[in-house]
Amino acid sequence: MRRHIISVLMENEPGALSRVVGLFAQRNYNIESLNVAPTDDPTLSRLTLTTIGADDKIEQITKQLNKLIDVVKLVDLSEGSHIERELMFLKVKVSGAQRAEIKRTTDIFRGQIVDVTSSTYVIQLTGDSDKLDAFIQAVAPVSILEVVRTGVSGIARGEKVLSL
Amino acid sequence: MELLSGAEMVIRSLADEGVEYIYGYPGGALLHVYDALFRQDRVTHILVRHEQAATHMADGYARASGKPGVALVTSGPGATNTITGIATAYMDSIPMVVISGQVPSDFIGTDMFQETDMVGISRPIVKHSFLVKRAEDIPMTIKKAFHIAQSGRPGPVVVDIPKDITNPSDKFEYAYPKKIKLRSYNPPLKGHSGQIRKALDLLMQAKRPVIYSGGGVILGQASDVLTELAQKLNAPVTNTLMGLGGYPGSDRQFLGMLGMHGSYAANLAMHHADVILAVGARFDDRVTNGVAKFCPTAKIVHIDIDPASISKNIRADVPIVGPVKAVLNEMLGAIKDGKREVDKEAVNGWWKQIDEWRSSKGTFPYDPGDGGIIKPQAVIESLYEVTKGDAFVTSDVGQHQMFAAQYYKFDKPNRWINSGGLGTMGFGFPAAMGVKLHYPDHDVACVTGEGSIQMNIQELSTCLQYDLPIKIITLNNQALGMVRQWQDMQYDSRYSHSYMDSLPDFKRLVEAYGHVGMTVEKPDDLKSAMEEAFALKDRLVFLDVKVDPNEHVYPMQIKDGSMRDMWLSKTERT
Repeated sequence: MRRHIISVLMENEPGALSRVVGLFAQRNYNIESLNVAPTDDPTLSRLTLTTIGADDKIEQITKQLNKLIDVVKLVDLSEGSHIERELMFLKVKVSGAQRAEIKRTTDIFRGQIVDVTSSTYVIQLTGDSDKLDAFIQAVAPVSILEVVRTGVSGIARGEKVLSL
Repeated sequence: MELLSGAEMVIRSLADEGVEYIYGYPGGALLHVYDALFRQDRVTHILVRHEQAATHMADGYARASGKPGVALVTSGPGATNTITGIATAYMDSIPMVVISGQVPSDFIGTDMFQETDMVGISRPIVKHSFLVKRAEDIPMTIKKAFHIAQSGRPGPVVVDIPKDITNPSDKFEYAYPKKIKLRSYNPPLKGHSGQIRKALDLLMQAKRPVIYSGGGVILGQASDVLTELAQKLNAPVTNTLMGLGGYPGSDRQFLGMLGMHGSYAANLAMHHADVILAVGARFDDRVTNGVAKFCPTAKIVHIDIDPASISKNIRADVPIVGPVKAVLNEMLGAIKDGKREVDKEAVNGWWKQIDEWRSSKGTFPYDPGDGGIIKPQAVIESLYEVTKGDAFVTSDVGQHQMFAAQYYKFDKPNRWINSGGLGTMGFGFPAAMGVKLHYPDHDVACVTGEGSIQMNIQELSTCLQYDLPIKIITLNNQALGMVRQWQDMQYDSRYSHSYMDSLPDFKRLVEAYGHVGMTVEKPDDLKSAMEEAFALKDRLVFLDVKVDPNEHVYPMQIKDGSMRDMWLSKTERT
């Protein structure tokens, strides 16, 4: 059982996303995180999803995804060297000495405070999922009002590309 | 260029695609299309009595002819009534195009009268689906639908068309595209030569080879080349339920069907094989029995056009993705060049073992009884005799289906038509109608049960309207036979809702619909009744045969066992 990042190029058509998500539900596969957006080619979307499973299950997932007519190409990024990032917004309730403390912790994690009120911060943080998890733990003593995460996006290192 | 409305384009595109028959039912969202249908004579419409039957007719037609079947239904209930038929075609990889009407574009999502999200509802059971957005897109969309439905691993495709797009007053230039290319869809045209060589090396060294062939051989029109290859290898052949007819059923090398109700010899040969050549078959649970105990000594070569079917249930040692016909042809070519030789001595020894299994237990033995009551197996044997093995036989689902598969020897592909994957009761009768339309001069028999036939019996009316003289043979045991068999074997004969109370007098019912009804109760009358039914060439005959309600289908694999673990009768097990 290992975490995999599957990156999919698919037709930018209505309903294409529902076919991918439906496939996971229908075949009892798990989606840990998912993000999707158009690419530089407006006819193509890129979808990245993370899932956990044994090798044979991941093999089935990629095969079944490939069968979808809207799926043009896909790659399991976790099979090779790759870069992955996730963006998170964290809204915290902060007052008094906590304000400086949270600012310091955010700096250590190389995050930014992107909104400030007299009682709240909104912190923006980018990194792999473990780093975001670690940051949530680090600021746990303060009251976290809201957490928004985008899900993982990824790209292969070096010459290897996922394109037409 | 010619100007056509969206509605006219729907029908013209079907005609230009070469569609002869569409099976359908009109309704509000489709009325423009039905009007266009009225004003042409290239496509023949068959008015069914229920949309489920339209899809089964299209399906039966597709299975017999090898061409895609087409259904035309209105929005909402018309569309939802096709779901069972679409799922049936999907599970058995049958090429089908279902055109459904939809409420006008502006009203989609408003819960308008007779609105349903057909694309959404059908999504898990189609190969692909389209919601047409502009009338100009209709010819290209229909072309794509047919291309997707019949290429690669075939399957059903839905085309949902909002009513405003078929408006007769809006005209557009019409040209039906000749060719189609989809950048995201490129089914393989041949297998990997390196893998094919590896497979041949295994097969040529095999001491106990078995060929396990499925519905893919029939869909891929590979029956002749499979037969030639099997004979060159002198390997025993077993077919799945869907693969019957893919290899001549009366040939010496044929062991009978395998799996849950497979023959003793076929299941034992599979269990003891050292090399299994799986062709267009997908290791369904009705074949493998307990996966962990499946064929412990076998290396598996698996040929399939769908990569996802390979190593899904059983891991293949040599996977070959490609059309079965092209792959088998390449194998055959390599064998004919004579560089490789089969291990003749070992294979002869293997046949000695197999023939011993065959002679000790027979292929599908049964107790003929004392002549007081008709045995269901005897009905199929009689059907085989009277039709000389040359009929198209459709079936529903249950004991009668298994008896038909066991006792009718199919020597040709496309002759055995049944719902193998989904197991749809109500399939056999409308499927037979679809077959009869394509082959009006052939005998078409629907083997059914008194439970199954009542799931689409209304189509007797359609048969009268279009003069479809098929033969319906009901193995009437006054019980849901297969359910009852399982209740006997696994639930101490507690027959929870498995008997059919208040059965109609089928003879009179059929006569009320304008056809010929016959009831057969005595073994001595069986043969003559069967002969009489088939002699009435221009009439639909419904033969209600009262059979032994206590008969079970044997062999029956023992749950979670290996291939060789079977009940051979109520008292004998392996």
